[in-house]
This record gives sequence, C-alpha cells and structure tokens, in this order.
Amino acid sequence: MSDTDTIDQERRRALGSGIRILGCIGAACAIVPFVSSLKPNQQTLDANKPIDIDLSALQPGQQMTVQWRGKPIWILRRTQAMITQLEQDNPELRDPNSLVPQQPAFAQNPWRSLHPDYLVLVGICTHLGCIPEYRSQDPMFDANAGGYYCPCHGSRFDLSGRVYRQVPAPINLEVPIYRFINDHTLRLGETT
Amino acid sequence: MTKRSGNRTWWADRLPLIAVWKNYCSEYFVPKNLNFYYCFGALALLVLGNQFLTGLWLSFFYTPTVQSAFQSVETIMRDVNYGWLLRYMHSTGASAFFLVIYVHLFRGLLYGSYQKPRELVWLLGMGLFLILLIESFCGYLLPWGQLSYWGAQVITSVFATIPYIGEQLVTWIRGDFMVGQSTLQRFYALHIIAMPLLLILFSFLHIVALHHVGSSNPDGIEVKDPADKIPFYPYYVMKDIMAMLLFAVVFFTIVFFFPDMGGFFLEPTNAEPANPMVTPLHITPLWYMAPFYCILRAIPDKNIGILFMFAAMGILFFLPWLDRSPVRSMRYKGKLSRIALGLMVGSFVTLGYLGMQELNPLNQSIAQGAIILYFAYFLLMPLYSRLESHLPVPTRITL
Repeated sequence: MSDTDTIDQERRRALGSGIRILGCIGAACAIVPFVSSLKPNQQTLDANKPIDIDLSALQPGQQMTVQWRGKPIWILRRTQAMITQLEQDNPELRDPNSLVPQQPAFAQNPWRSLHPDYLVLVGICTHLGCIPEYRSQDPMFDANAGGYYCPCHGSRFDLSGRVYRQVPAPINLEVPIYRFINDHTLRLGETT
Repeated sequence: MTKRSGNRTWWADRLPLIAVWKNYCSEYFVPKNLNFYYCFGALALLVLGNQFLTGLWLSFFYTPTVQSAFQSVETIMRDVNYGWLLRYMHSTGASAFFLVIYVHLFRGLLYGSYQKPRELVWLLGMGLFLILLIESFCGYLLPWGQLSYWGAQVITSVFATIPYIGEQLVTWIRGDFMVGQSTLQRFYALHIIAMPLLLILFSFLHIVALHHVGSSNPDGIEVKDPADKIPFYPYYVMKDIMAMLLFAVVFFTIVFFFPDMGGFFLEPTNAEPANPMVTPLHITPLWYMAPFYCILRAIPDKNIGILFMFAAMGILFFLPWLDRSPVRSMRYKGKLSRIALGLMVGSFVTLGYLGMQELNPLNQSIAQGAIILYFAYFLLMPLYSRLESHLPVPTRITL
C-alpha cells in the first residue's frame, strides 16, 4: 500500500505546526480590512480636510466666522490696543498661561495664536457648547478691547479666548491647528 | 426503521427533540424550595423575546440616516398602525430588561449562586450583562434626539483619554471626527445584528452551563435527596408562567399609561432632534447606566474616573473567587456579609440617584463615599467572608 509502514511523526509535527503558524498569520492579516474599513472613509476625510481662508479683506478689529468640521471657527484681526491689553497681567483670568491643553503648542502664549494680529478660535463655549458673542461694553471686560460673552450661562472670555474666574465655563476656548501659507492666507487643520 | 414507526419516531430519529425535552424540562430536577427571586431568569428570557420581536418590527419602519432617523421614529409614533405600541413596548422593554437583570443579579449575590461549581454560569451571565449594556447604548443613539446624540458624543469621547491611541480610537469607533452618519449606521448594525446574536448565543450557553451543574437554591446547599427535587416541567414552568403574567400586568400598565415614566424611561430632551451645534443643558444617562456614569463623574481625574467605571463592572466577574465563605446563602452567612451586601446595594442605588442629578460638591462627596462602599464589598470580601462565623447549615432543604 505504501512505501513504508512507519509514520514519520517528526514530519507530521513540522507540517502541522507550519499550517498552524501560517493559519494564524493569515487570520491576523484578515483582521486588517475589517478594522480599517471602520476608519473615517474617503468622503469623510475630504469633508474634514484642511481649508484655506483668504484674510486680505479682514480689517483690524474685524472678525469673521467660517464653518469647519461642523464647528464655527472665529478669526479675529486684533487691533494694537487689543494686543497690548492681552499682554498685561489680568488676575481675573482662570488660566492666563494656558496650562490646560486647549491649544497647539505654538499658541501657548498671551495671544494664544501664531501671529499676535490674528486670533483663531473654535467658537464653542467650553461650558455646554453654546456659541459666545463679542461684547464691547461689559463690566468685566477691558473698556478698550471687549471680550466674548456666552448668552446661555454668562461665561466670559478675553480676546484670546481665556476664561474668566467666577463663570461656569471651566477652561479656555479651544484653538484649532492652523498655519499661514502666505501673509493673507490661512490654512485651517494643518500645522507646519 | 420498521413500517410502523410513526411520525414521532421519524422526528426522533433525525433530531434529539424528545431527549432535549426530557433533559431540560420533564426530567430536569430542580430543588423544590426555589422562591420568587428565581423567576427572574425566565422573565429575562421573556423580555429578550419581546425586544427581539418588537425590535424586528421597528426595523421595518426605521431609517438609519442622520436626515431621516428622527423623522422615521415620528412616523412610527404617528402614522404606522400600532407603531406607538411597538415602540413603547421596545423602550419599556429596555428598562424592564435591566430591572429584571438587576434583581436576577441580586438573587445571585443573596444566595451565593456564583460559588463553585457555578462560576461559569456567573461569568456567562456577567458577559450577558456587558453585552446588554452595549446593546442598549447602541440602541439609544438610534432615535437621533438631542440626548441620543450627546450621550453618544460624551461616552465615545471617554476613550479619548486612553494614552497614545485615545484620539485615533475615538475616530475609529465613530468612523468620523464627530458622531455622525457613520456612527449611526454602525450602531444600528451592532444593535440589530451583532449584539442580539451575541445575546442569544450567551443566553444559550448560560442555560446549558446552568443545567449541567443544576440550579442553586435559597438554602445554598447541594440537594442530594430526590425527595427534595421536583421536575422543571410542569412545576417551575407553571410558576414561571404565573410570574410572567404578573410581570405582563405591570409591564403593559407602564406601556399604556406611563410610557415615559416621568422621564426615566424616555427622556423629554430626546424629543428634540439631534443638533451638533447646541449641547443640552443637562446630559443625564438612563437610570440603568446612571450608577456607572456617576462613578465616572464623581472622580475629578478623568483617567482614574474611567478606570473606576470599568473596574466597577469588571470586579463582578471575580466574585466567585472573592467569596471565601464555606456557605453560599445569606440565610446562613454571618452579620458582616449581610451588612456588606446591604451597604453595597445601598451605595449602588445612591450612585444611580446621584448620576441623574446635577453635579455639585456635596453630591460629589456623597458619590465618592458610595464608591468606596461599593468597592469595599468586593475587595474586603476575602477577609470578612472567611473571618465571620456562620450559622449551621441544614443537610436538607428547608421550606
């Protein structure tokens, strides 16, 4: 019937473990499409990719709002008076040095921005997600600069999005990642 | 096969129906002292059936897209014939499921049903509990109301605090950078396919494992004398049917007259469509998740809070090895065990209540105390269960 009556146990074991190892590797590789398909798809990535914003029409003291990743993003071109005010110590602020990681590393400065002239913020209150508004006349704010006031529960933020003490919002407003690709064009969602 | 073999043998030769019926019902002998608490396993099965049937029917009318989900639920409520009944039976069924399971769990703690040789019955049951939590969490997103949306947003972002992979993991779970179409669609698939299949599989294993080792009983002793046992069919089948009828009276009273249960079963905030731009004033979890949510919230450090929340569920799995008492039932355990169980149940209810309240410093301190009591029940169990003196255990069951 066969060439030999003896079974080569060594060979059988080697073949058996070879099949088991290859099978496990195959099974491990088969996980890739299942896991990867659950990641954001190309359409979602396209809808969330960085956008370029033209700032050439923005005058000092003016603010524009753009929508990005479903969130309102403010871009404020600050006046010299506003910048000067930010650089002074303000004991009313809860986190004046931006210790809570609500901003990229490049924005951990008094202006909380890449360039002191331009402030870029996610315009969503860190209390319960309402949208704050700019106010010039407010007892808490500097008369020359103003600040942001949340109409829902009265949280207040200065012109770099730093939260005041004695308001419900716990932390500063979030700064998104961005970079300037030239003097008047800002790219949102990308750093250098 | 002989010519005379009838219909019955034709089937019996091809499927072990009669053998299974005998093994699981007519000749499955159960201690005759089982009390009211022992009906809740059967009730859980009944609710599972209710969820399966009403859920299947709801899926005929529901649309899992962010544009139409909320509207399709409104259509079910207003325009589909008896749609309101199907939906209220399903939403009340979700709360009833947890109520029944919590009593079922308490029964296990009370009579030591998790002790040797029923460890695997306990582990499979705990697995069922976790699957049920995921199942209800996925289902809660589907109406696409404000609380659906923000609840999912908050709970998925819990994973963001995991070091290194957190942010990517959250994006992977959501399939997007925020809860959106991808999230809704995969939660729907999990809710109607993956989790129900797992629930059925685990229920099957739970029952097979139980029948292999036999039911425990309120005395917590191994029943040896055949005179102390009665067959599951007809005795306990009848008892369970009686419990099911009583349950149905309460269940349908809620379905017909109090379907939202004052905001506990269906929350008013969820009658508003999801709006990613506005967070609701108070995000409250559903009552059955509130104790765990409270643990997450009461601990000021986010990472430790999450760790404790998962530990609160995970520690239940170790119960069979934490209990070192030589007796099973609370009837014969010592004072310490009784006090510890009472404190644990009290702290769990307290956490549930506080989890639905607004967070303030007083609530937070009470919740932290309750967390300590909850964990003390488990972590100190190896000590007090061994040290305390227990009452003499009878050799035969008491009625």
